[in-house]
Amino acid sequence: MSGGTTKAIPVEYLFNRLLTFFLTVFIAASIIWLIPRLSPIDPAEAMLGRMAAGAGFVENADQILADLRTQFGLDEPLWKQYLAYLKSLAVFDFGVSVANFPTPVAQMLAAALPWTIGLMIVSVVIAFIIGNAAGAFMAWQETPKTWKVVIPAAMIFTSIPPILSGLLLMWLFSAQLGWFPLTGSYGLFVTPGWNWEFIYSVIEHGALPALSIVVVTFGFWALGMRGLMTTVQSEDYVQLAKAKGLRPRYILYRYMIRNAILPQVTAFALKIGLLVTGQILVERIFSYNGMGKLIYDAILNQDFAVIQGASYVVILMTAASVLLVDLLYPFIDPRIRHGGGR
Amino acid sequence: MRNPETILEVDDLRVYYATPQGDVKACDGVSFDLRSGEILGLVGESGSGKSTATGGVLRTIGSPGRIVSGTVTLDGEDILKYDDEKMRQTRWQKLSLIPQGAMNSLNPTMTISDQIADVIETHEGRQPADALRERIMTLFRRVGLPERIYSMYPHELSGGMKQRACIAMSIALDPLVIVADEATSALDVVVQRVVAQTMLKIKRELNVSFIMIGHDMGLMAQVVDRLAVMYSGQLLEIAAVRDMFARPAHPYSEILIESVPTLTERKPMKINEGITHDPRNPPSGCIFRLRCPHAMPVCSESRPDMVEVHPEQLVACHLWKKDENGSYVRQSV
Ligand SMILES: Nc1ncnc2c1ncn2[C@@H]1O[C@H](COP(=O)(O)OP(=O)(O)OP(=O)(O)O)[C@@H](O)[C@H]1O
Ligand code: SF4
Ligand SMILES: [Mg+2]
Repeated sequence: MSGGTTKAIPVEYLFNRLLTFFLTVFIAASIIWLIPRLSPIDPAEAMLGRMAAGAGFVENADQILADLRTQFGLDEPLWKQYLAYLKSLAVFDFGVSVANFPTPVAQMLAAALPWTIGLMIVSVVIAFIIGNAAGAFMAWQETPKTWKVVIPAAMIFTSIPPILSGLLLMWLFSAQLGWFPLTGSYGLFVTPGWNWEFIYSVIEHGALPALSIVVVTFGFWALGMRGLMTTVQSEDYVQLAKAKGLRPRYILYRYMIRNAILPQVTAFALKIGLLVTGQILVERIFSYNGMGKLIYDAILNQDFAVIQGASYVVILMTAASVLLVDLLYPFIDPRIRHGGGR
Repeated sequence: MRNPETILEVDDLRVYYATPQGDVKACDGVSFDLRSGEILGLVGESGSGKSTATGGVLRTIGSPGRIVSGTVTLDGEDILKYDDEKMRQTRWQKLSLIPQGAMNSLNPTMTISDQIADVIETHEGRQPADALRERIMTLFRRVGLPERIYSMYPHELSGGMKQRACIAMSIALDPLVIVADEATSALDVVVQRVVAQTMLKIKRELNVSFIMIGHDMGLMAQVVDRLAVMYSGQLLEIAAVRDMFARPAHPYSEILIESVPTLTERKPMKINEGITHDPRNPPSGCIFRLRCPHAMPVCSESRPDMVEVHPEQLVACHLWKKDENGSYVRQSV
């Protein structure tokens, strides 16, 4: 590409987008604060119940209940709780976990986040690339016949729940073939750090969880892309490109995929949040120490502080990716300008 | 003076579209020739098969359409016999197109100059950047586009500018034949005129031949050298514009000409009835007989041949019969 207008991001636009970002986060965070308070379960009682289940009975139950309430701030008026909550979000202090009392939630999130982000980026990016390529080749008229059969056949995995595909992969590649370790994020006997052994172990352990996410999600991108490609294929500019005698492969990349991919990029940003939650079960069955497992355990234990903290992180990730795509989109679609419509 | 050398010869071209109820014969035995440096106008109401016929010539007919038979002889070779790769290389070098919808005919994610550069480099190999730029600028000047659009994207241009960008692109490789499919009909009247004049200027400067499809008989009359009249997949008459207006030989041409009182007055084509029959099930004999005021018994029996009733004026109608001297006369009914 020669020429092309170079664009800088105007300060005012950036400011507006950041404002939207914070507003989105604020509203979403308020909703996740409100929802558990509509639930009839009292977290202090829930915790006491767990103690009782462990010890058979608890002495001074009423006293402990009151102490717990004070500790969690549950005896304060709602508006005070809300303000305290907002303040805690700003400083990333989500209190302590009820289930793993008294580990700070922030510490648990910090430990889980890198694993999830690592696994997610790898699997999501691979699924996006494979899915869009598959969709493009399904729609392209020049695709060899065999591929047109193979690709839709591969998409059958999309209809399998992730938990089953995960178990299937686990059974096949770990239990039967022994190519990959069964569970965990890294080997028991390697020391975490920037050493080759550890990195290798991480990749080895991450491969199957990543693959099971790719296998179930790439079909989503493929179907979307096929539809978009079919539309683009009948566009006048593609017809003219053929009449120009351009090479079919060049037309595919420069005229078709280049235009069909644009709505997919937007969808990509919006899907990030969904993907984290979709990753929950996969992380769970592979005992992968990420956010998914954290959220899964927290739900089982009714560990509200952890659920709230984790949800907040998911909100931040989604809002951040939408912000990022908003800022980058004008660079991939020349019709869109920063701060203006078409 | 017209150069009578034939550059393109279309013979008995048939293009059908497959539909669940049977084939639509959208181009059913069309024959005409195109001479070097002329503009041949192709007129006919919507759905008469103009784009289909030129699509057959350009070999751009895609499923569910197919070229059934015929020959398209361009510069001495039947391009319908070319394999895909040979055809791809021939495209734009010899045969280019100004599309029907210039609005959407440019890739929205590429600059105008890149879309001209890619066709040049595909067919002529990589070019030095400076030479390529200068060449594209020259094309812009030819069609009256300002140089500043060089690195603009299609959405930054007006409709008329886009249409001219398409014209600039169509002459990038100095083709022998350019098909202009309704190149002006989406534009407002003033811009239409400018674009039509641009095409005339190009024709004179480059000695390229045009097939120009249009609805507007008035505008066509001012731009084209000869007119071909199409109806429901068939050509009914071909003649020089002047002859066609002075003495239309086909009853359908008469109806069309009636709607344009003088050569200079502009009016869209008279379309009061449209094609009345189901295109999958055309009438026997003459395709026009259901609407023809002069239809006779013979008209439902056989399809009339194209015959030269005056020099350079060909018509397909049973009204024309040879007299004892061997020249055609029109019967009065
Ligand atoms: N893809 C298709 N499938 C079925 N029939 C088609 C298809 N494309 C065109 N046709 C039919 O072929 C006939 C000729 O269409 P064509 O587009 O060539 O007409 P046209 O003269 O160019 O009309 P217009 O002036 O509206 O552009 C019409 O009856 C149309 O319905
Ligand atoms: S052949 Fe008959 S029906 Fe057809 S145009 Fe001539 S007179 Fe009319
Ligand atoms: Mg048409």
